Order: sequence, then structure tokens, then C-alpha cells
Amino acid sequence: MSWSFAVDLAMAGLLLAIAVFTIAVRDAFAAVVAFAAYGLLVAVVWVRLQAVDVALTEAAIGSGLTGVLMLGAAARLRGTERAAQSARPAAWLRVVAAVLSATVATALGAAVWFFPDPAPTLAPAAVGEIDATGLGNTVTAVLMAYRATDTVLEKVVLVLAVLGVWSLAPDRAWGGRPGTLYRPDADGVLTFFARVLPPFGVVIGVYLMWTAADNPGGAFAGGTVLAAMWVLVMMAGLTDAPPVAGRALRLLVLVGPVVFVAFGFAGMVIADAFLAYPVDYAKALIVAIEVPMTVSIAAMLGMLLAGTPSRPVQP
Amino acid sequence: MTLVLDLYTVVAVLGGAFFYLAGTVGLLRFPDTLTRLHALSKADNLGLGLIVLGLLPRVDGTLVALKLVCAWLLVLLSGATVAQLIARVARSQDPSA
Repeated sequence: MSWSFAVDLAMAGLLLAIAVFTIAVRDAFAAVVAFAAYGLLVAVVWVRLQAVDVALTEAAIGSGLTGVLMLGAAARLRGTERAAQSARPAAWLRVVAAVLSATVATALGAAVWFFPDPAPTLAPAAVGEIDATGLGNTVTAVLMAYRATDTVLEKVVLVLAVLGVWSLAPDRAWGGRPGTLYRPDADGVLTFFARVLPPFGVVIGVYLMWTAADNPGGAFAGGTVLAAMWVLVMMAGLTDAPPVAGRALRLLVLVGPVVFVAFGFAGMVIADAFLAYPVDYAKALIVAIEVPMTVSIAAMLGMLLAGTPSRPVQP
Repeated sequence: MTLVLDLYTVVAVLGGAFFYLAGTVGLLRFPDTLTRLHALSKADNLGLGLIVLGLLPRVDGTLVALKLVCAWLLVLLSGATVAQLIARVARSQDPSA
């Protein structure tokens, strides 16, 4: 048994253990913390599988962003958690849940067991045609060229999610500022951190977006880092969350998806299909889409983390 | 010369691994939040630092080496900040600590 195989085996065991703990533990806070750890470990597994793009997204979105969102949810549920834990669902409901879970688990297991060998893959085709896109990173080529329709729809889903969060606002805070107002602590360590880190974070975020053409990275990874910097500055109280009715914020949220869709329709005229790029300008166009998209992703994720509007614009 | 560099890497990385192990044991065994934080930040600061220093002669190019050092510095900064924030909360909940 080689060393790397032993490491893989240990990692798989650890993953399973954390997964079981996440489901079995009764306390919501503990489950969320375990889930974040699970996401980070999955990211390490993706690196082992040489899928660095997926690892970046998993660490940023799967573990980081989702973890913070669920921490917020767990904090909100704390008041009712005890009551929810003491209530036991009816016996028939538990049986139905068990049967459903067992069916899904069996189906998944069967799918893995009967996986054709070698696995069906489009990878040779994706690598073979990459010159036409002018890109060096196959993952970016898939996201922005071969399957760009999926990527457009993904951004639209994100816009809808932000609209959903904003729509939960009570009447008095409609269109107002999200989250709580943080008071800056002039001598606080968080204030210091929020002043020192963002310059580096912004550079890293822009770099992740820019390098995605040829290296692992991408608009999503870069946008997440930018959003994290924004949220950090808001949490330190150095800036307040903007009112969601503000035109500038709405423009930032929409610019990426709108530019993407506009280029898509332009493709019907200048190339021959929706979201088709003329071969000579493919890379320039893709970068031109990635930049506003990163801005929009950062704005949307930041607003998702900031939460539902809870304070009127004029208090 | 190669032998010396290899030896340096092995010693430094082993030292880093030791601090990670010691930090983890401390995190599990120490009695209260502040001492556990102390163990945790030792693992981050010294463990990661020694591993980065040990790997420096093995990377190709100054740029990669610089990136490794930057990663360590960023972890130092965020680790110290988070430890301070947690310690502050722990203290406000239990003033005797």
C-alpha cells in the first residue's frame, strides 16, 4: 500500500465520519461548523483529484459562503431549537423518511457500482476544440463557451435568490438597509483587520478572475473573495450596508447578467447562435463578460450575506 | 549541498508537524477557552511557518516561494485576529478568565 493511497483512504474515512456527524448531531450550531469543515476537506479531496477549479469553488462557496449563511440561520433558530428537538414526528412520517432516504442511498450506490468503465467523457472533445476559444483553462472554456447557457442561467438564479432575500423585508424596512448596524470599535482588532486585509483581498479576487482564462480561478471564486472583503468592512462598522432600493447597488447586481445575455443575443447576429462567439474575438469577449460578472457576483453574494432589509432608509 | 538542503527540509517540516500535533492535543486537552486558543494559534503560527520555511528550498522560482510566504503571513494575520475576537467573547462571558 503506497503512502498516497493511505492518505486518500484516511481522507475518505475522515470525510465519512464528518458527514455522519453533521447529520447525526442534534445541535444546529455544531452541525453547521461540521458542515464547514466537511466542505474544506472536500476541497482538499478535489485538489487530490487535480480539479483545482472545483476545489476553489467548493472552499469559497460550499464551505465559506454557505457556512456563514447557515451560521446566521442557526443563530436565528436558537430560540426555537429546544422545542423543535423535543418534538418527535409521527411514526408513519419517520417510516416514510427512512424509506425515502434508503431508496435514494440505494440508487446512488447502484449508480456508482454499475458505473461504466471507462467512464463516459467529453474531456477529449473539450480539450481538442479549446484553440477556438483562445483560452488555456478547459474549465473556463466549458463554463464560458461550450456550456455558457448554463452559466447564464446560474447567474439569473443568483439574481432571483437576492430578490427573494430582499422580498422578506417587513413593510417598515422595505427597500431599506440589510442586517444590523455595526458600531466601529476604534481600537478593536476587527477594525484593524478590516483595514489591513481588504487591499490584499481585492488584489487576490481580481487576480482569480483574470487568471481564469489560463489557470484555475474564475468569476465565482474571485467574486466570492471580493464579497468577503466587503462583508468584513461592513461587519467592522467601517461602512454601512447600502439600502437595497439604491440605484447604484441594483446596477451592480444586474450589470453582469445583463451584459452576459446581451452578448448572447449579439452572438445570434455576429456568430451563428445564441451565446456563440466569433472565433477571432472569443477570448476578448469572454474576458469582457467575466469582468462585469465578477462585479455582480461580488455584489450579490455580499448582499446575500448582509441579509434581509431590516432598517428603514430614514430611521 | 543537496543533502544539507534535504535534511533542512525534513527537519523543518517535521518540526512543523510536531507543532500541529502538539496544538491539536492542546486543543483537545486544555481546560478552558483561552488556553485552547493558545494551543490553536501555536499550530497555525509555528506549525505552518516551519512547514513553509522547510518547503522554500524545494519550490522552483522566487515567485512561488514568495506566494508561500504570503500565504503564511495571511494565515498569521487572520489567525491572530480570530483568536483575539474569540478570546474577547470568552472573556465577556466569564470575567474570571
